[in-house]
Amino acid sequence: MRAAPILALTGVAAVSMSLLTACGGDDDGGAKADAIAVTATDKSCEVAKTDLTAGKLTFEISNKGSKVNEFEVLRPDGSILAERENIGPSTKAEFVVKLDAGSYTLLCSAGQTGKGPSTTVTVTGQAAGAGDPRLAKAAAEYKTYVLAQINDGYTRTEAFVAAVKAGDVAKAKELYAPSRIGWESVESVAEKFGDLDPRMDAREADLKPEERKNWSGWHLLEKALWKDGSVKGKEKYADQLLKDLGEVRTRLNTLTLDPVNDMAAGAKGLLDEVATGKVTGEEETYSHTDLVDFKANVDGAKKVYDLLEPIVKERDAALASDLDTGFKNVYTLLAEHEKDGSYVSYDKVGEADRKKLSDAVNALGEPLSKLAKVVAQ
Amino acid sequence: MTAGTASDEPGPRRRARMSRRSMLGLSGTGLVAGAAAGVGLDRAAFAREGEPKAAEAVPFHGAHQAGIATPVQDRLHFAAFDVTTGDRARLVRMLKEWTAAAEAMTAGRPVGDGAAGGLSVAPPDDTGEAVGLPASRLTLTIGFGPGLFEKDGKDRFGLRSSRPAALVDLPHFPGDALDPARSGGDIAVQACADDPQVAVHAIRNLARIGFGTVAIRWSQLGFGKTSSTTPDAQTPRNLFGFKDGTENIAGTDAKALAAHVWASAADGAGWMAGGSYLVARRIRMHIEPWDRTSLGEQEDVIGRDKAEGAPAGAAREHDPVVLARLKPDAHVRLAHPDSNGGARILRRGYSFTDGTDGLGRLEAGLFFLAYQRDPRTGFIRVQNNLATDAMNEYIQHVGSGIYACPPGVRKGGYWGQGLF
Repeated sequence: MRAAPILALTGVAAVSMSLLTACGGDDDGGAKADAIAVTATDKSCEVAKTDLTAGKLTFEISNKGSKVNEFEVLRPDGSILAERENIGPSTKAEFVVKLDAGSYTLLCSAGQTGKGPSTTVTVTGQAAGAGDPRLAKAAAEYKTYVLAQINDGYTRTEAFVAAVKAGDVAKAKELYAPSRIGWESVESVAEKFGDLDPRMDAREADLKPEERKNWSGWHLLEKALWKDGSVKGKEKYADQLLKDLGEVRTRLNTLTLDPVNDMAAGAKGLLDEVATGKVTGEEETYSHTDLVDFKANVDGAKKVYDLLEPIVKERDAALASDLDTGFKNVYTLLAEHEKDGSYVSYDKVGEADRKKLSDAVNALGEPLSKLAKVVAQ
Repeated sequence: MTAGTASDEPGPRRRARMSRRSMLGLSGTGLVAGAAAGVGLDRAAFAREGEPKAAEAVPFHGAHQAGIATPVQDRLHFAAFDVTTGDRARLVRMLKEWTAAAEAMTAGRPVGDGAAGGLSVAPPDDTGEAVGLPASRLTLTIGFGPGLFEKDGKDRFGLRSSRPAALVDLPHFPGDALDPARSGGDIAVQACADDPQVAVHAIRNLARIGFGTVAIRWSQLGFGKTSSTTPDAQTPRNLFGFKDGTENIAGTDAKALAAHVWASAADGAGWMAGGSYLVARRIRMHIEPWDRTSLGEQEDVIGRDKAEGAPAGAAREHDPVVLARLKPDAHVRLAHPDSNGGARILRRGYSFTDGTDGLGRLEAGLFFLAYQRDPRTGFIRVQNNLATDAMNEYIQHVGSGIYACPPGVRKGGYWGQGLF
C-alpha cells in the first residue's frame, strides 16, 4: 500500500465516461472564446454560466483572491470528478472537462483544503462520443474480475488466518504470500477504501511514530512470522484482517468502475506499485516474497489491458504493440526467477537482475501511462 | 586527461580579439539570441532583456551536431543508454522521437504538447521542470557506442558492417580502474546548458521517451566546465585549481576542426562525414593528497604555474610552451601535440563532485570529454603517452566510453539517419 489520495466512493458514482478531461492543445482551437468564466476569491466562487451543454467544456478560472486556489468539479454524491490545483493569486488557469448530462457542483477551494464556496450547474444534452458501449462492457467485466480476485483472496486469507491462529508458523509463512495475491492484483481499486487499506496493508516504515501502536494487517503478521518467529498474541490481527477483507468485498459490490480512472489509470498505478515498492524490495521487508506481489500487480494490469485491447488496437496500434512487447518482456524476466511454483526470495535477486526488472517495469509503465488518454479519447 | 591533455597549440598564437557577433558568424554553430531564433513565446520569453546570454538558443540543425564546436556551456548532464530492444524499427522510431524532442528543447520549447493543458487523466508530455526557463544554450549531442553495431557477437540491427574503423574498443591503459557500471553504453547523449535544470530536464525527458527502447546505463552530472572552445574567454580551472585547456581547439578555428575534429567520408565510414568521435572518461581526482602537495610540486606535475597558468619558464598563460623547460613527466609536456606526433583533440570536459565516498573523501574529479576525427590517432595516442605522467599519482580513470557522433541533422531529418 502506498499513501494514496482517498476518494469519496461511497454510494454509486455512476459517471463512467465523463471523467474525460480533454486536451486544451489539439483539436479545440478557439475553445477560449467559449470558455466559461469562473471567478474565485478567497470567499467566493462565481460561475458565469450555470446551464451548460454536455460535451467538452472549458472553464477559465481567475483567482482574484490572496490564496492559492483549487477548482473542483464534483459529482452529485460529492466525489471529485476532476480538479485543477495550484491556481496562484492573480493568475488564470484553463481547464477542460468532458461532462455528460447531469448536475454538478463547481467548487473553488482557497488554500486548497478541498472545502470552499461552490456553485451548482446543470448539464443537458448528449456529449458526442460518450459511452462507447465496449467501454461500459469492459468496465463491467473488470468489476467481475475484481470481485473474483478479492473472493479468491478471501479464501486464501481465511486459510492463512487459520494457520496464524493455530500458531503454525511454518504453515502461515507458506500461506502468507498467496493470501496477498488477490489483493495485489486489484490493489489500485481495493485500496480506495481509505479506512481499510492502512489497516490491512500498511508497512511499518510508512507509519508515523504515533501510529505504530495501532499498526495492523498483513505486514504486522509478516514481521511476526519472519522476524519474531512467533505469532503468539497476534490472533486478533489475523481476525481483523479477514474481517476487513470481507468489508472490502462488500463495498466493492456497490462500486461502478470507470474505464479511465479505475481501469487505465489503475493499471498504471499497479505498475507504479511495482516500480516503487517491489523492484526495490521494500514491500516485503521480512518475507522477501516481493516477486509474488510483483507478478500479481502485473497480472492485474494485464487484465485491464486485455479488456481494453480491442479499443487500444483500433485507436493507437503503436501503443498496443508497445504494451504487448512490454508485458511479454516483464513476464519473460519474471519467469527466470520462478522456483517451485512460486518465486525465489527477493534478497537472492542480485543488483544486475534487479536492474533488468526495473528497466522492464519502466518500459511497460511508460506506455501504460498513455492508456488513459487513449481510452478517454 | 583534460587537466591537460593540453594539446597546447604550437605556432602563431590565435589571439585576435573578436566581437561575439563576428565570432558567431564564423563558427557556424554560433549563438542566436532567443528572439532572433523565432523562439517567440517559448520559455526564452521569460528572460529579461539585457540578460541575453542565458536565454540564447543554439540552433539544432546544421552540418555538424551542436555541442562539439559550440562554446562550452556551464553545466553538463551526460547519459549513456543500453538499447534494450532488438527491433530496428522501434529504435529508429525512438531516434525520430528524440530528434523532435531535442529540436523543441534546444529551442526552449517543451516536449510534445507541453507540461500542462493536456488531458487531466493523462500524464503530460513534458515533465515540466524547465517551464519558465530560457533555452540556456542547451545542446544535445548524440553518439553511438560499439554495442549498437555489435553486442555479445550479435548484429542486432544489421549495423555491423557500418561500424567505422575509428570506433575501436578502447584498449586498457595503465592505471585504469574502470567500473563497468560507469562505462560503455550503446548510445550516449551529452546535454550541455548554462542552467543545470535545463540539462537535467533534457536527459530526463529523453530517457522517458526512450523507455522500452533504451534504458539508462549510467549518467554523470558536471557542474563546471574545465575547457573552453572560445580562446578569448577566461580559461576555466579544474578541481586541481589549474587552468585547463589553454590552447584547446577553438570552435571558430575551421581549419583545425576540419583537420582534427570532423570525420570525413574519406576516413572510411561515409555516414560519419561531418561527425566526430567522442571519448568520455570519468577521472577521479585524489583531491585530499593533491591539496597536501606543495605548490612547487603541483606546478611541476602540471607544467604550468598556478596563478597565471603560464607554461614553465614563461610569463603569460598564452606564451608558447617550450617543452624542454618542462619536467620530463609534466602533464602538459606529455600531452602536448609535439610529444604526440601533432595529435590534437577538442576537449570540453566538466568538473564533477558526486558528494563524498564512504571514507569521507570528496567523490570528485574531471568528467573528460574529447572530440576527435579518429581516436586511434587522437585520445589513444595521447593517453598512451601519459603512462609516465606525474599526475597519475593523483588521478584514476574509473569510467570510460567511446561513441561515434553522427553529423548534424538537416531539417526534417533525424539523429543517425545516415546510419539507418
